[in-house]
Amino acid sequence: MSNEKNTDFDFSKIDEILERHEPTAVIAILQDIQEIYRYLPPQIFPYLAKKLNTSEARIYSVATFYENFSLEPKGKYVIKVCDGTACHVRKSIPILTYLRDELGLNESKHTTDDLTFTLETVSCLGACGLAPVLTVNDVVHPEMTPDKAAALLKELKEEK
Amino acid sequence: MNSNFMIIDGTPIAIEGEKNLLELIRKAGIDLPTFCYYSELSVYGACRMCMVENKWGGMEAACSTPPRAGMEIKTNTPRLRKYRKMILELLLSNHCRDCTTCDKNGTCKLQELAARFDIHRVRFNNPKSEPDIDDSSLSITRDANKCILCGDCVRMCNEVQNVGAIDFAFRGSKMKVACAFDKPIGESNCVGCGQCAAVCPTAAIVIKDDAHKLWNELNDPDTLAIAQVAPAVRVAVAKEFGYKGENVMGKITAALRRIGFDLVFDTSTAADLTVMEESNEFIERLEKGGPFPMFTSCCPAWIKYAENEYPDYLPNISSCRSPMQMFASVIAEQYKDCGKRLLSAAVMPCTAKKMEAARDEFKDENGKPYVDYVITTQELVKMIKQAGIVFADLEPEAVDLPFGTMTGSGVIFGVTGGVTEAVIRRVSPDKSLASLRNLAFEGVRGFDGIKEYEILADDTTLKICVVNGLGNVAKVMERIKNGEKYHLIEVMACPNGCIGGGGQPIATATEKHKRGDNLYAADKLCTLKFSEENPLMKELYEGILKGRTHELLHVNYVK
Repeated sequence: MSNEKNTDFDFSKIDEILERHEPTAVIAILQDIQEIYRYLPPQIFPYLAKKLNTSEARIYSVATFYENFSLEPKGKYVIKVCDGTACHVRKSIPILTYLRDELGLNESKHTTDDLTFTLETVSCLGACGLAPVLTVNDVVHPEMTPDKAAALLKELKEEK
Repeated sequence: MNSNFMIIDGTPIAIEGEKNLLELIRKAGIDLPTFCYYSELSVYGACRMCMVENKWGGMEAACSTPPRAGMEIKTNTPRLRKYRKMILELLLSNHCRDCTTCDKNGTCKLQELAARFDIHRVRFNNPKSEPDIDDSSLSITRDANKCILCGDCVRMCNEVQNVGAIDFAFRGSKMKVACAFDKPIGESNCVGCGQCAAVCPTAAIVIKDDAHKLWNELNDPDTLAIAQVAPAVRVAVAKEFGYKGENVMGKITAALRRIGFDLVFDTSTAADLTVMEESNEFIERLEKGGPFPMFTSCCPAWIKYAENEYPDYLPNISSCRSPMQMFASVIAEQYKDCGKRLLSAAVMPCTAKKMEAARDEFKDENGKPYVDYVITTQELVKMIKQAGIVFADLEPEAVDLPFGTMTGSGVIFGVTGGVTEAVIRRVSPDKSLASLRNLAFEGVRGFDGIKEYEILADDTTLKICVVNGLGNVAKVMERIKNGEKYHLIEVMACPNGCIGGGGQPIATATEKHKRGDNLYAADKLCTLKFSEENPLMKELYEGILKGRTHELLHVNYVK
C-alpha cells in the first residue's frame, strides 16, 4: 500500500485540518489540504482513511469525482485560461496556444517540470464582459491577447 | 377485509411488511429484472431495470419505492418494455461482448436479460469491445470492460465486508470501479473473500480460474494426484447439476477419481486435527491466563483482514494452521517417499484459500507450496461438466485410506458457529448426547452475524463470540474496546460462514441457510461426534505428528 514512504511527510498540518471538521466532511477536508499543498499528496490517503474511518478507495473516489481536486502536483502559478463561449469567440485559443508553446505544455501535460507553472482551461469564469480572460492564482487578467500574455509570463518569471 | 393491499398488473396483492415494491412484485410471482438489487445490500437504484408504471403514467423504480395501500402499478407495458430494452442496449454498447469465450457464458445476468428482452442488434459503437483484464489477485480476476457499474461489488466490499478495497472512481463516462489510485487489485487491501464475484451480475469480477492449469497435471502416471474436499463443498453442488440431493460428498469423491485424482480425502478429517490442536491451545491459554480473546485461524480472508486492520491482535489469533494447510502438511509427510511427484489439490468453497496456499508460511524449504492447487466449488462443477460426467448417474464412493475417518465435529466446520461448537464439544467435560443437543440450541448455531454464548467450565464462565461477515468483526472489536471480555472468538469472513463462501455456486440467503442445515444433518449421521474419538487422531499423534505437531500444524502470522 501507499503508506511505505510516509516517514518524512509532516502530518501535523493535516491533523490541524482534521480538528476543524467533522470526520464525515471529506470534501471540505480535501479542499483544505489542497489549499496547503496545491494538490492532494498521495501520502494523505492512507492517513485520512484511518483517521476518518473509511477506505482509501472511498477517498480516492471523492477526489477523482470532482474536477477541482488534483492528484498531481501543481505549479507555483496556476494559470486558468477561460474557454467559455464568450472568451472562445473573442479568441482565447491563440492565448492558450501561445502559453502552451512558451511553457512546453500540451493537452495532457499541464505543469512545467520545475513546478513553476500549471496551465489549465476552464469553461467559464463568469467574467464574460472582460473576455478573453485568464486568472493567475485567482487574480483576474482581463481582455488578454497573446502579446499581453507574453508580458505577463515575463513578469511572473522575473518574480520567481 | 384487509385494506392493506395494492394492485399489481390488475391483481390485488396484500402488503405484508415488504420493504419495497420490488419484493412485493416478486412475491406476486413476477420476476422483475434487476442488476443492482440484493436484499442484503443497501438499495442503490442504479440500473433502472425495475421501473414500473403507476396509474397516472408516472415511472418509479420498484426497488426504491415503498409499497402503499391502494397503489396501482403495471410492470409490463409497451413503454416499460421499450425503456428496459434501451437500457440493455446501452449497457451492451459499452460492454466487451465476447460471450462465447467469457467465463460467465450461460450464467451472466446481462446475457440472460438481453435474451429475455429479445435484443438482437446494438445500434451504437462499442468503445469497450476488448477485455481489460486485471489478474493481479490470486483470488479474483477483473475485467473492467465487462462492468455495468451496478455497484453490487462496491456495496458488498464496503457495507457487508467492511474491507473497502474497491469503490467508484472518476466521473461520467470515465467512471469505473477501482482501487485507490487505480492500482491493481492484487496490490490493494483486498482480502480475497470473493464476495464481490458472488454478487457481480456479469464477468467483471470472476473467480480466478486455476482449473485449466490443474487439468494439465492430471492423468500423469508419474504423479500422485491427491484431492481434499472441504465440508461446505458437499452441500452446494447438487443444484448445479439439477440434481435433487443434499450432501453429495460420495458423488464428489467418485467424480474426482474420474477426473483423474488418485486419492481423495475429506478436509473434515483435518478439521478434527484442528479441533484437537485448537482446543489444546485454548486450554493452555486458560491455564496461562491468555492472551484472550483467542481468535480462530481457519479463515484466510480473516487472517489477511486482521493483518491489514488489527495487526496488534495477531498474537491473539490461534497459531493453528487452517484444516486445509494442516492436511496438506500431513499429506506431504505421508507421501514424501511414494516415488512419484506429489500433486496436492484442495477443493474449497473459498477464493481466499488460493491466496492462503501461496503464502510463504505454507511453502516447503524448496519454495514449493504444500497445496499446489486450490479450486473452488464453482471450478469443481465446471471440471465435472467439462469431463462429461453425468453427475446424477454417479455412484457415490467413499474417501480413501489412510485418512478415511472423520467426525461430525469436522463436518460442521463449514458453517458459522461450527468451529466453536466442535471446540466446545472437545473441551466440555460432559459428553452425553443430551449435552450435545443443548449445545446445538443454546445459541452457537444460527445465521446471525454476531452470536454470543457462555459456557461454564469448572468454576469460570467462558464467554464465546461467533462472527460471520467481516463487517461484523469491526462491531465485535468495538465491543472489546469498550471492555467486553471474550475468551474465544470464531471468525468466518463470509456471511453465513464457508457455506456462503465466495467460491461457492451463487445462491440466495435461503439456499445458503439450507446448506448449513444440511451440514448439521450430516453431523447427525456421523457415528462419531467428538474429534478426539476419531481413531485416526491417535494414529497420527503417535505416528507422523509425534514430536512435530508444532512444525506441521502450527504457524506464526506475527511478523
